Amino acid sequence: MEDIVSIASNNGEDIITKEVTLNMGPQHPSTHGVMHLVLRMQGEKIVKAEPDIGFLHRGMEKIAENLLYSQFVPYTDRLDYLSSMTNNLSYVMAVEKLIGLDIPERGKYIRVITSELSRISSHLLAVGAWGLDLGAVTLVLYAFREREMILDLFEMLCGARLTYNYMKIGGVRGDLPSGFKEKCRDFVQIFPKRVDEYEQLLTGNRIWLQRNKGVGVISAEDAVDLGLTGPSLRGSGVKWDIRKDTPYLVYDRFDFKVPAGGNGDCFDRYMVRVEEMRQASRIIAQALEQMPEGPVNADVPEFVSPPRRDITTNMEALIHHFKLISHGFKVPKGEVYSSIEAPKGELGFYIVSDGSERPFRVKIRAPSFVNLQSVDPMSRGAYFADVVAVISSLDPVFGEVDK
Amino acid sequence: MEEKDIEKELPAPHYSLLVKKIKDRFGGAILETTVFRGEVTHVVEKGALVEICRFLKQEPDLQFKFLSDVLGVDCRKSLACFEVVYHLYSIPNKNRLRIKVRVRENEAVPSVTPVWRSADFAERETFDMFGIVFNGHPNLKRIYMPLDWEGYPLRKDYPLTGYKDQYNPFGVEKV
Repeated sequence: MEDIVSIASNNGEDIITKEVTLNMGPQHPSTHGVMHLVLRMQGEKIVKAEPDIGFLHRGMEKIAENLLYSQFVPYTDRLDYLSSMTNNLSYVMAVEKLIGLDIPERGKYIRVITSELSRISSHLLAVGAWGLDLGAVTLVLYAFREREMILDLFEMLCGARLTYNYMKIGGVRGDLPSGFKEKCRDFVQIFPKRVDEYEQLLTGNRIWLQRNKGVGVISAEDAVDLGLTGPSLRGSGVKWDIRKDTPYLVYDRFDFKVPAGGNGDCFDRYMVRVEEMRQASRIIAQALEQMPEGPVNADVPEFVSPPRRDITTNMEALIHHFKLISHGFKVPKGEVYSSIEAPKGELGFYIVSDGSERPFRVKIRAPSFVNLQSVDPMSRGAYFADVVAVISSLDPVFGEVDK
Repeated sequence: MEEKDIEKELPAPHYSLLVKKIKDRFGGAILETTVFRGEVTHVVEKGALVEICRFLKQEPDLQFKFLSDVLGVDCRKSLACFEVVYHLYSIPNKNRLRIKVRVRENEAVPSVTPVWRSADFAERETFDMFGIVFNGHPNLKRIYMPLDWEGYPLRKDYPLTGYKDQYNPFGVEKV
């Protein structure tokens, strides 16, 4: 009851009306998927916002226990389907850590380039859909123009535009096709100017500022306590980026900044995403510059199939490939946790192996799922319309929340 | 693992911080310590869990203020119990630690929500998938499955295709 009195008070006068429960979703254009929020409200103000999830639950972890290690990679595409590359990456890195496999330099650079492109495309959609939710419809059209360029690049790379299944245990599915590097370089060259365009539309826009500044504020301490990660955490001023703090692949070789906000409101989370897009394109430019020639897959016959051209010409290679695909490989007994900085936050895989060809247990630490816990503390006491901004600023994707 | 093997596996500062310091403080409550691929795991006594977690969070050297995940593992075949695993991260020190408790079927684990609020959803998920009860959790109910669902899907004896009912003709017949 104290809660209610304090939030509904207006200049010291307490106005208490009958509490109303409002169901937002699961079919609602601004819940970014099948999220159902049960909002308890006093007039226009939120007393409690309780997320009700699970509409898309497919039991990924149970499926993983019944598949070979390599067979689970396409399923990870369907987690955060706006950034499949990083899901692939996190899973294959966890398996590689488990078996103690190191991949060649060129493979690492390709992984960095594709996951940074993925980050840009995910942030573009996050910011675009956010604008759409708050009434700035133009932005999503601009954002999709550039997202289209990235999807074209991915289509060149692996033929798919949404579920790539590009990374594999021990490397990537194929080397960069001819023309990819040039096209990617063109993209990196024009992209920062395009980000300036988005900023011209939004950053100084009075409506955008009023809808986002001071909305959904969360302190740095609370953000850490609630398990927020990624741009949403950095918006509160905690400079934790896994790429910088515990670098994986070759991230320690690039010069890039980790942007952070100061107030922890929706606007800060927006600014962090915008700046991260710029930094990601800087990383890609440097990676294209530094990338060495050489093989892309580890030469470890026990775990990795031979190159494609050998499979089509050499009988032994074909048998080897067939054996790996149909029987899989045995993985040492043990347990590992490996996480990467995905566009939404810390995406981790915890794998327990009992020494067989199938994982004993796979646990997916999905950033959107954990981040969703902050919807309630962020929107308490705010107006109903602010909940829309709060959800957009957390950028949840329900493939990942519901697993 | 033997003490000297653990020492060999880890860099000296990590060993003194993540193994020795914790073992000195809670000697008897640490049942087992293992190191695999540089990751430290402590299996701890169920009764001392919350006290250990509070220590790990508040101790100025350790500062494990970030709880990344809570999950269950069904080890009933090998160990005759479930394992509840906690993944911790220290943002200033940049290191990770894994804490485990073992719990028999129909036993409860103390909730760590008073220590880290982020344990809320994760413990609910573990309850939903394994049926492990967390004592002291403010809102322990199913999170993914419908509230009236029977059985716990991630247990090893739960069939992959589910149980047969009017909505699921391909499920396994209930015995």
